[in-house]
Amino acid sequence: MNSREKSVAIAMSGGVDSSVAAALLARSGEAAFGVMLRLWSAGPAHSNRCCTPADVERARKVAAQLELPFYVLDVKAQFKDVVVDPFIDGYANGVTPNPCIACNRSIRWRLLLDHALALGASQLATGHYARVQHLDGSTRLLRGADHSKDQSYVLSILNQEQLMHAVFPLGELTKTDVRRIAGELGLLTADRPESQDLCFLGEQDYRTFLEEQGAGGLTPGPILNTEGQTLGSHQGLARYTIGQRKGIGISSSEPLYVIEKSLADNALVVGIRDQLGSAEFTITNTNWISGTIPKSHDLVVRVRYRACEVPAELKRLPGERVHVKLGQTLPDITPGQQAVFYSGELCLGGGMILP
Amino acid sequence: MLPYFTHDYGNPSSVHRWGQEAEAAISSSRERIASVLDCEGNALSFTSGASESNNLALVGVALAQRHSSGSNQIVSTAVEHPSVLNTLHWLEREHGFEVVLLPVDSAGLVDPAALEAVLTKRTALATIIYANNEVGSINSIAELGTICQQAGVPFHTDATQATCYLPMRIPDLHVDLLSLGAHKFYGPKGIGLLYVHPGMVLEQLLHGGSQEHGIRPGTENTPLIVGMAEALNIAFEERDETAEKLRGLCAKIVSTVAEKIPASTLTGHPSKRLPNHASFAFKGLESNALLAALDIQGFACSAGSACKVGDPEPSRVLTAMGFDREWSLGSLRISLGRATNEQQVDRFCQVLPGIVNRLRTAVGWQTP
Repeated sequence: MNSREKSVAIAMSGGVDSSVAAALLARSGEAAFGVMLRLWSAGPAHSNRCCTPADVERARKVAAQLELPFYVLDVKAQFKDVVVDPFIDGYANGVTPNPCIACNRSIRWRLLLDHALALGASQLATGHYARVQHLDGSTRLLRGADHSKDQSYVLSILNQEQLMHAVFPLGELTKTDVRRIAGELGLLTADRPESQDLCFLGEQDYRTFLEEQGAGGLTPGPILNTEGQTLGSHQGLARYTIGQRKGIGISSSEPLYVIEKSLADNALVVGIRDQLGSAEFTITNTNWISGTIPKSHDLVVRVRYRACEVPAELKRLPGERVHVKLGQTLPDITPGQQAVFYSGELCLGGGMILP
Repeated sequence: MLPYFTHDYGNPSSVHRWGQEAEAAISSSRERIASVLDCEGNALSFTSGASESNNLALVGVALAQRHSSGSNQIVSTAVEHPSVLNTLHWLEREHGFEVVLLPVDSAGLVDPAALEAVLTKRTALATIIYANNEVGSINSIAELGTICQQAGVPFHTDATQATCYLPMRIPDLHVDLLSLGAHKFYGPKGIGLLYVHPGMVLEQLLHGGSQEHGIRPGTENTPLIVGMAEALNIAFEERDETAEKLRGLCAKIVSTVAEKIPASTLTGHPSKRLPNHASFAFKGLESNALLAALDIQGFACSAGSACKVGDPEPSRVLTAMGFDREWSLGSLRISLGRATNEQQVDRFCQVLPGIVNRLRTAVGWQTP
């Protein structure tokens, strides 16, 4: 291979999306190479679902099929530090972390991007369903054209510098298109099932994972109603999430929901549906893709990856925090999750919901 | 070599004339190689490569020695190729041999006095690498061989890395067994040989016909054998001239790294090393990322252990030489060849410091 002035690194995972993204780049004639990250997992019995040895082999074969050079980077230690440990700590602190946000922020779009650039690439492509638009000297993030697959939510942590280097070859496609292209090109990942759940859990439930890791937040404590009366006992706050109904284990005439996780007295506060929910919250660790807090009046917010979108108004607070007022009450505003804001097709950024 | 794939394809064991032609080709190849190594042709057995030669030699001699004299100890070093180390581990685990791995110095070399001190009547076999594959350091094989000879211990060396550039006359090396593989001297892959000193008995491990003195039964691979003999002859005709050229080019790389890359070190011996080999360790780097960056720039290099699938592990060789993990994860091995020219080396020297610097920045490693 000759040295290249300009080339694209494509993040591969052995799945159908990144394989097709790689194929589209390779077909466009751009100089490209594949990179795959080896991430941390909880031991040989629980391979990281994103990068089992079989996944690495599959990605390598796809790269060979596309005649792309392919390299594996080991970032296990960093992944453990910036994704897994905060996940474990978050549950111990009574919040429900979103490790995919942490991974995209610190691993994919920092460590991997920096590596890709150090390897000589000028851009980093991924198989995300999202679009990039370069307009008047700034770069914007748009929802994927296939709204049902849109992944701009996890990319809401990107800044201008990162987005400038980002390429999303699947942005204009639907999942059906992607499967069709994979089939037409005979990619051996064409029939790979959709990935679910957190990659580093392997096949485990997150609760089992937390137990195995000796995480905090697993100490039993009281279940209280909103008046402070004890209704029973819970098995550790980390096992519950705000809005949860099933699995509380208290019989009641009306269904009970988790309303609050009170860390101070290790209490799980439950109540009826009407007591659940809020129309406001505060976020921190904000990232605005344009670089400044959005001024538009047609904002909508998602309080979880697959949550429905509701109108929102932003107000800046002291200390890098932002107050969010919703157009309606939502039952499942969960501390630790990411609130992501949109205006039409534009993804504007977001921040982490505070308790 | 090529005609033996397509035209002269007879089975060398056959009576017919096609078989006779193939047999003649093998026989003359064996003699050509024997004359380079200054040994008898019938002391040479063709194998599928140095890994197989190492296995056949070590297991064959160890079992035969125990059978004849009851000796149970095998002496080697911690910096052998995996085809030696893993074979010894297997002999230890499955056959109860006691394996003694001699320590090496910071250059990866064995102290002959340490070998002498450890040999006893119970020693069935000693095996020590000629030139190290990872760090290029050259052991004093003749001296080590003489020590074994005096102690009456069979001595094997893996000469795979050494063949192209180092003295290879068997009588001068004082070895009883020697392995080499053709692709290290531009021969085809999948062919190697094992030298066995006349009179040295090996337990038979592969069972079948009487080809290759029974050491390696199975129909001989005529084209590869012919190819290996030709390659060895060419390599020996040009070796002094090539070695001289490559020594100069390696020195250039070594001085560039020393001058321009902080927190780096040459690994292996500064002078007792293969003339075509430069190897380094860089603090705060992971070899695979470095190899990827160099590949993208058009340079095919290797690291300690060529591991594409498993976890990056620190090089065993560097660990045995006393490097800690922070150094031994970031190894780089550069092997130059006959075709390497000065412009290529200059461009390499130009890009390497920048690549190391960028990768260190990417992982947030600061030069202290």
